[in-house]
Amino acid sequence: MTTTDTGLPPAVSAVDGERIVTPQPAPPPKRRRFSRRAGGLTPYGLLVPASLVLAAIVGWPLIQLLITSMQEFGRAQVFGAPPTWVWFENYVSVLTDVTFYEVLGRSLVFAAVCVVTTMVLGTLMALLLQRLPKGFRLLLSLGMLLAWAMPPLSATIVWGWMFDTDYGIINSVLVNGFGLEQFQQHSWLIDPLSFFLVAGIIIVWGAVPFVAFTIYAGLTQVPDEVLEAAQLDGAGAFKRFRLITFPYLKPIFLITTILQIIWDLKVFTQIFALQDIGGIRALTNTLGVYIYQVSIAGGDFGTGGAIAVITAIILMVVSLYYVRQTIKEEEL
Amino acid sequence: MSATTAIVTGSSTRPAPGRRRGRNRLSTALWSALSVVLFALFAFPVYWMVNTSFQPNNEIRGSEIHFWPDNFTLRNYATVLFDPGRTPFAPAAVNSLVVTLTTVLVALVFAFLAAIAVTRFRFKSRRGFIVMILVIQMIPGEAMIVSIFRVIDGWHLLNTLIGLTIVYVATVLPFTIWTLRGFVNGVPADLEEAAMIDGCSRAGAFWRVTFPLLAPGLVATGVFGFIQAWNEFVIALVLNARPEMMTLPVWLRTFLVANGTTNWAAIMAGSTLMAIPVIVFFLIVQGRMTSGLVSGAVKG
Repeated sequence: MTTTDTGLPPAVSAVDGERIVTPQPAPPPKRRRFSRRAGGLTPYGLLVPASLVLAAIVGWPLIQLLITSMQEFGRAQVFGAPPTWVWFENYVSVLTDVTFYEVLGRSLVFAAVCVVTTMVLGTLMALLLQRLPKGFRLLLSLGMLLAWAMPPLSATIVWGWMFDTDYGIINSVLVNGFGLEQFQQHSWLIDPLSFFLVAGIIIVWGAVPFVAFTIYAGLTQVPDEVLEAAQLDGAGAFKRFRLITFPYLKPIFLITTILQIIWDLKVFTQIFALQDIGGIRALTNTLGVYIYQVSIAGGDFGTGGAIAVITAIILMVVSLYYVRQTIKEEEL
Repeated sequence: MSATTAIVTGSSTRPAPGRRRGRNRLSTALWSALSVVLFALFAFPVYWMVNTSFQPNNEIRGSEIHFWPDNFTLRNYATVLFDPGRTPFAPAAVNSLVVTLTTVLVALVFAFLAAIAVTRFRFKSRRGFIVMILVIQMIPGEAMIVSIFRVIDGWHLLNTLIGLTIVYVATVLPFTIWTLRGFVNGVPADLEEAAMIDGCSRAGAFWRVTFPLLAPGLVATGVFGFIQAWNEFVIALVLNARPEMMTLPVWLRTFLVANGTTNWAAIMAGSTLMAIPVIVFFLIVQGRMTSGLVSGAVKG
């Protein structure tokens, strides 16, 4: 490491005689990519394998998706019949279909509720982690890690079992522990609203740890002196959070929120598996599941493609900020 | 990584002014009590999965709730692993292992090469490539599934492990490249130059100096890829629906649908078997998880 700290390679200073007699100017700020080279064709060669795979499995299907979304493409076409071009007919039929708006609205509202709940609970958990003595912090971290590590499918199935109509622990505790007789054999998944309550619990339970750990890592960066100064000036805990901690952590809040929005909008596994356990599909489809239902299960690839393109556009718009912010922060 | 240390050690509690010490001790006790309750809330479903999997099915279908497997049994695991009447577990586990490990290996090699290209060289489309990697991560897999199905079908690779592996490599590649890029960036190129001055070739310098320093990063990134591929559900559901070609998540879903709500104990045993490798790996790399994600990498 010692050679790296001199700033200039020895060969240069040896040639540059003047540098020895004149007082050393302040060393120029070290540029991160000081020694990055052009390298001719080597970098392109290194990129070939990754680019080939991405072109084949992302690029080409993306083009296919756009094409299919403008074609009449059903089961007959899968088995070889030539597809007919219908241009924007699929889009028109999707955008004039009440079902699509129901699904879209359901997805948006569900994602919004999940994101807000996750962010609020995650922030509170992070603040709690900060206040805990070491042992308890480790304990809580361990609990959250377990929740975070559960594969989404396993998590959904376990929660489905806990909410089971006949033998689920939740009904049992509500009836036997709290004396709420109306939960005797109560079905949580038949009613769409309580279906989404269960789905929301599963998603929030799995997502809070990520938010909590991320924000907690950020909290440790907020300088203690500033917080102490504010405390001496008489600022209460809430005021300190609003006026000091929050502005410090704003970028972290923004990025985690956007990631949550993206993940919750395209949620598939949890909804799909809960429908298997006992929900009514037609009343509980969200965008991701709906695409699957229309195209793979229903065989209408054209319409499914149009819905997929619309979904992708919505998500891309949401993530635009994230991409821009990341590029800026990483100084690409 | 900073997040690891942050989670494990954290910042020491600030010294409290004397007159408030009593109040602080009380509130610390209250927060600690709350944290125990919250720990239970977060950990309970995982515990409940394991607990149920060790109980006889007729017992969990009784009116009494058993918070502890007092009639401990391994029958559910036997059902999952050996019952010939059900979709077999072993082939699905083998499929999952083969697909996941191949995916991780191939993705790591490809991503490693790409990461060197974008960190150690300056070339025309460098920035474009990185931005593309970021944008690709944002395209929802659920939207792509229709056309990926058709492309793989066109190559006659539906219901094959190769087909699924190729798709998985593409799925984890952007994330892997992005994370590895960060790790390679963390090793100063000056170190390589020092080795080159001492007579190493450029490739030799990279291999002898930078590569060993990257090993932890490669392991962590590989584990992320493992978790992602192991848990992946939608793509496997669409591409490999034939029973002998299923991966574990699809197998678990089939098992769930076939047994309905009649054999929760066996379902929990299957679920536990699928979750254990992920939980173990997750606990190993947990610290890097947060920092990796915040710096732009995206989970599933």
